[in-house]
Amino acid sequence: MTVLTLALFVAGGSFCAGLLGALTGLGGGIVVVPMLTLLFHVDLRYAVGASLVSVIATSSGAAAAYVREGFTNVRVGILLEVATTVGALIGAALAGFTPTSALAVLFGVVLLYTAIRSLRPRVEHTLLTTPDAWSSRLRLDSDYPTPGGRQAYSVRRVPAGFGIMFGAGVLSALLGIGSGILKVLAMDQVMGLPFKVSTTTSNFMIGVTAAASAGVYLHRGYIDPAIAFPVMLGVLCGALLGARILTRANPEWLRKVFTGIVVVMAIEMLYKGFTGSL
Amino acid sequence: MTEHAPPPRVSDDAVEQFIGRLLQIGVLVAAAVTLAGGILLVAQHGRSPADYGTFRGEPYYLRSLSGVLRAALSMDSRAIVQLGLVMLIATPIARVAFTLIAFALQRDRVYVGVTLLVLALLLFGLFFGIA
Repeated sequence: MTVLTLALFVAGGSFCAGLLGALTGLGGGIVVVPMLTLLFHVDLRYAVGASLVSVIATSSGAAAAYVREGFTNVRVGILLEVATTVGALIGAALAGFTPTSALAVLFGVVLLYTAIRSLRPRVEHTLLTTPDAWSSRLRLDSDYPTPGGRQAYSVRRVPAGFGIMFGAGVLSALLGIGSGILKVLAMDQVMGLPFKVSTTTSNFMIGVTAAASAGVYLHRGYIDPAIAFPVMLGVLCGALLGARILTRANPEWLRKVFTGIVVVMAIEMLYKGFTGSL
Repeated sequence: MTEHAPPPRVSDDAVEQFIGRLLQIGVLVAAAVTLAGGILLVAQHGRSPADYGTFRGEPYYLRSLSGVLRAALSMDSRAIVQLGLVMLIATPIARVAFTLIAFALQRDRVYVGVTLLVLALLLFGLFFGIA
């Protein structure tokens, strides 16, 4: 394959990843690395570098739309960023010593977990309105717009959320993903933030986390222009189109398709990891 | 003497909306630079065989900000792509920097500290990497 044909195929695949990721709300970043390594036989390090750059593009590109809705809790985001950036820098340092087969197995597990989460119906939890010690000290409590006016909420279990975010940062750097699912899990399930606030704040954090490790990988030579440019432009265009047609698409059907792809990739990643053939 | 006057509040939402717009422009500019470099790259090197199955690492001029900038100015196609990517990596960092200014305007010392820490970690990664 020549540089041109590879760029065209990779751009097409990345476009589909960005589109499906935006339509299902699962993010396209999680399938970019498996696509590059399994389908196009790109070295895992180049794949991780390119994927991280595309994660930043979708996060920053979507920021304006999310911000307009007024859901983002900037204080929660920036506080938890301390954990994710430290995690990302440590993850980037670890990446140099971690065998490819171990990363492939880890990737397979994360993909499987993503598939399971995406099939499980989301249950809306009740909002906590009594202040929590950490939350009031750090002034994390806020409110967000609902159809019935602004709804106040309180944040709980800050240290536990902080710990999970550290893990999300490490995973983001090691695997070149946004780890949005883990971030939303920490905020929505553990810290008790409303789901909408969790997803938009997670989008804010994803770009910052990815920027921490992408900077390190640039210096390590993981970011190859010929691979990264079709990935970044493809994912970005796909995600922007996905955000536009979101209201007209049928997410339930697409979600099943995307989950199927994720499961196939998970099995392949686990197989390659255990046989050491990636 | 009254108690401390409430700090002049700049609305979080207004600031965030402004930042969101700036980010979007940043992404578009970065994408345009990347696209221009990509077209040039494909035009110059499109027919050479693609071999990314083994990791060699990028040449040193594509690994540092100064090297990328210098080579991009001399119209090296790979460096132009890399410049676009570096601009993209800088967008979330710019967002954190703007958030820092917003907290400073709100005289929120705790969060100025927290945001400074995040910014320092990001700049450390971007400028020095980890050896």
